[in-house]
Amino acid sequence: MADTLLHVEGLRAGYGHSMILEDLSFSMGTEAVSIVGRNGMGKTTLCKTLMGMLVPTSGSITFDGTPIDGLPPEKIARHGIAYIPQGRRLFPSLSVDEHLQMFAKGTRGKRWTPEAVYELFPRLAERRGNGGAELSGGEQQMLAVGRALLLNAKLYLMDEPSEGLAPTIVDILIKAVHHLIEEDSAVLIVEQNLRAATSMAERQLVMVSGQIEHETTAAELRDDAALQKQYLGVDA
Amino acid sequence: MTDTTQAGASKIKLGLFDMTPRQVVLMRRVPVVVVSVLVGFAAIWVLFLADRSWTTDTSAGSAIAEPGEFLVTFLDGLTFAGLLFVVASGFTLIFGLMRTVNMAHGAFFLFAAYIAISVQQKMVGKSRNIESSDVSMLDWFVPLLVGATVAAVVGVLMQQFFLRWNQGQDLRQAIITIAVTVILADQMLFQYGGLAKTMTWPGDVVHFFEIFGQRYASSRLFMFAISLVVAVALWVWLNRTRMGMVIRAGVDDQEMVRALGINITLVFGITFFVGSFLAGMGGVMGASFSGVALGTDGQWLLNSLIVVIIGGLGSIKGAVAGSLLYGMVTAFSPAYLPSDYTFYSIIFTFVILAVVLAVRPNGLFGRTE
Ligand SMILES: Nc1ncnc2c1ncn2[C@@H]1O[C@H](COP(=O)(O)OP(=O)(O)OP(=O)(O)O)[C@@H](O)[C@H]1O
Ligand SMILES: [Mg+2]
Repeated sequence: MADTLLHVEGLRAGYGHSMILEDLSFSMGTEAVSIVGRNGMGKTTLCKTLMGMLVPTSGSITFDGTPIDGLPPEKIARHGIAYIPQGRRLFPSLSVDEHLQMFAKGTRGKRWTPEAVYELFPRLAERRGNGGAELSGGEQQMLAVGRALLLNAKLYLMDEPSEGLAPTIVDILIKAVHHLIEEDSAVLIVEQNLRAATSMAERQLVMVSGQIEHETTAAELRDDAALQKQYLGVDA
Repeated sequence: MTDTTQAGASKIKLGLFDMTPRQVVLMRRVPVVVVSVLVGFAAIWVLFLADRSWTTDTSAGSAIAEPGEFLVTFLDGLTFAGLLFVVASGFTLIFGLMRTVNMAHGAFFLFAAYIAISVQQKMVGKSRNIESSDVSMLDWFVPLLVGATVAAVVGVLMQQFFLRWNQGQDLRQAIITIAVTVILADQMLFQYGGLAKTMTWPGDVVHFFEIFGQRYASSRLFMFAISLVVAVALWVWLNRTRMGMVIRAGVDDQEMVRALGINITLVFGITFFVGSFLAGMGGVMGASFSGVALGTDGQWLLNSLIVVIIGGLGSIKGAVAGSLLYGMVTAFSPAYLPSDYTFYSIIFTFVILAVVLAVRPNGLFGRTE
């Protein structure tokens, strides 16, 4: 990580009076980073705060050299962060193709166009006319990723992309992430699935009760059963 | 009673009664059964039983005996439904995307009507007793566009200056839009007085033709044709354009649309423009069809509410269904109720409301959240 792309310092955020993020700090360059942690540790809350869907009560978020904390979500997205939310959050009233056409404006000549997304996920191309609700879980996740790719962002923020998916589908997603990194995009993945987390990113940040408590590498996390048990509740 | 409660753990307490799950399922079917019986009875009544001369004493004869009267009633219902749709689609569009219940919708209806009437008077060069023969197509469509555009601009100004800051605060928005209604109503009373005014149809559309021996005004069909054009245009806009996709996505999950970089406030402004434009258009059509007066604004806010409660808030399909149902009931109940009871025909409106809400609490096409 030569240059810092995203720098988070002393971030505090929550819902009403319940503070979920407590003095959270980390930074990353144009690379793949994974944040792991058990249920309810505040991973989704962190994603929402980064996207401006929650306004932090204190702390700073600097992205690509500009402070983005306090900006509305659409401005943050335009600075170059594309969000792939937990649970996909597709639009039930739109077909697969409409999900992509909706963001197609201004993609001509850029890396990701609707056609490029169909090339990456051929299964979506077969389902062009289907509604978002008629897709399998894996196809839904591909569509959520595809929709975000059309922003041609600098950083892709993925919240539990592997949740509820079969291993073969997870492999497709892992490949897609590798693809992005080879093409010099940054990816921040929030995961509970150890295999997905460690094969998508080398740097592993462990989140406990709203803070980044520990940093390790994919290889270390994969091999250290005690660490897994302590931070992820995985019984090896 | 106590014995039966203890007898089976599978009994479910529902109000005063203890029931088995099977009985509960049957209970849930009750409204559907009741509705089917009511609709069936109404159909048989209209088709066969209604009789002008003696026993039932309705103002129209049964459909079998008097097909002309039936057809005329049906056309009345259909054309009124068209007008209802134009107004209510604007209302539901705004609500669907912004969750704003625009209480000023009826005021925009009336305001556009008054403006169009004065523009027509200027264009024709008469301020009273305008005859259809004085009015060319242009003398009707130009006032329509002017009136609806003024309503749309007022709507956008209200949204930009007052509502934008209160996004998501339903109560405040309702109060603000009520305030706008009151102020507009007062200004309109000052400007246009309290007497009813009408807009005059262009001479080219005012003819009468015969259906089964009944005279029917072609101006109503003209109004219906305009409603169809509006419906098709709305459908194309929402289903075939990028902005339509954004609007539908925004109805589904506004926060996610924003998080994907789309400036929804611009879309809100445009939606408010279109929604208020439709209210204004409906106002001009309504002023030509039955005239407007002080109080018409409240009547049309109520009409819009009834249509979208039947159809489901935020759904264009629901606005079509709600308009048809409400339009038909409004036409059929006075025609086919015994003459001593026609006074009660308004109650039927509330009967449909109650029935629809009993069977589908979110309206026919409303989504469950
Ligand atoms: N909208 C909300 N309002 C109030 N509290 C919330 C809300 N969303 C989440 N929380 C609380 O915040 C805490 C952190 O939730 P968060 O969704 O960030 O966890 P997570 O790490 O993403 O969990 P998971 O792995 O299950 O997705 C939880 O205790 C949760 O109950
Ligand atoms: Mg989460």
